[in-house]
Amino acid sequence: MQTFLLVAATVLMVVIVIPLVRVWKGPTVFDRLLGANAMATKTIVLIAMIGYFYDRIGMFIDITLAYAALGFISSLALAKYMTAEAHPEEAQTEEKDE
Amino acid sequence: MSDFTVLEWISAVFIVLGIGFMLIGSIGVIRLPDFYSRTHAASKTDTLGILLVIVGLMILEGFTINMGKLAFVLIFVALANPIGSHALARAAMDSGLKPLLFRKEEWDGTSVIADSKKPSIVKKSKQSPSGGSV
Repeated sequence: MQTFLLVAATVLMVVIVIPLVRVWKGPTVFDRLLGANAMATKTIVLIAMIGYFYDRIGMFIDITLAYAALGFISSLALAKYMTAEAHPEEAQTEEKDE
Repeated sequence: MSDFTVLEWISAVFIVLGIGFMLIGSIGVIRLPDFYSRTHAASKTDTLGILLVIVGLMILEGFTINMGKLAFVLIFVALANPIGSHALARAAMDSGLKPLLFRKEEWDGTSVIADSKKPSIVKKSKQSPSGGSV
């Protein structure tokens, strides 16, 4: 089972690197954000798998939870920031309009 | 491979299925022509792939406290990943990036859905990124 998990983690690393192409050459900034978000969400599984190699699964699952929360919050903050940068006058009066 | 128990076989099937879904999603992020279709490829396949791999790890773990923590990770990913993708697509829509089917400068006024007779729509999408320019 340890060998199978090692092979699976190696394949997963290759899968994680693939959206880096979209981060590199994406035409808009949202394409780059989408590629970075896809890489961050797949890294959650990779960290959880690494915990099985070191036999310290509990600690690595805590790291996984913290990483998932960090990625989610940074994705939301960057999306909000890009919207406010495109419409700086609407971002301040957004609560009044809606 | 032949010394797997039954639970390890089930877990291995879940992990292989999840990594396959993630591979399809990664290829879709590169190959699809539009930002919104890339969002479609990335969010759903990633969510399902992560859920399948975590279910496989839970089966491998057994009934311990770590299985409960993995269940927390599963619930969090199932909630947070679609919300993040939706927020990104909404930010793109609010800042003026049009979907590929409804760009006004490429629309001839008659057809609503871009069909295969007009490949120029796909070609122009690489040259005219309009994010943040409105």
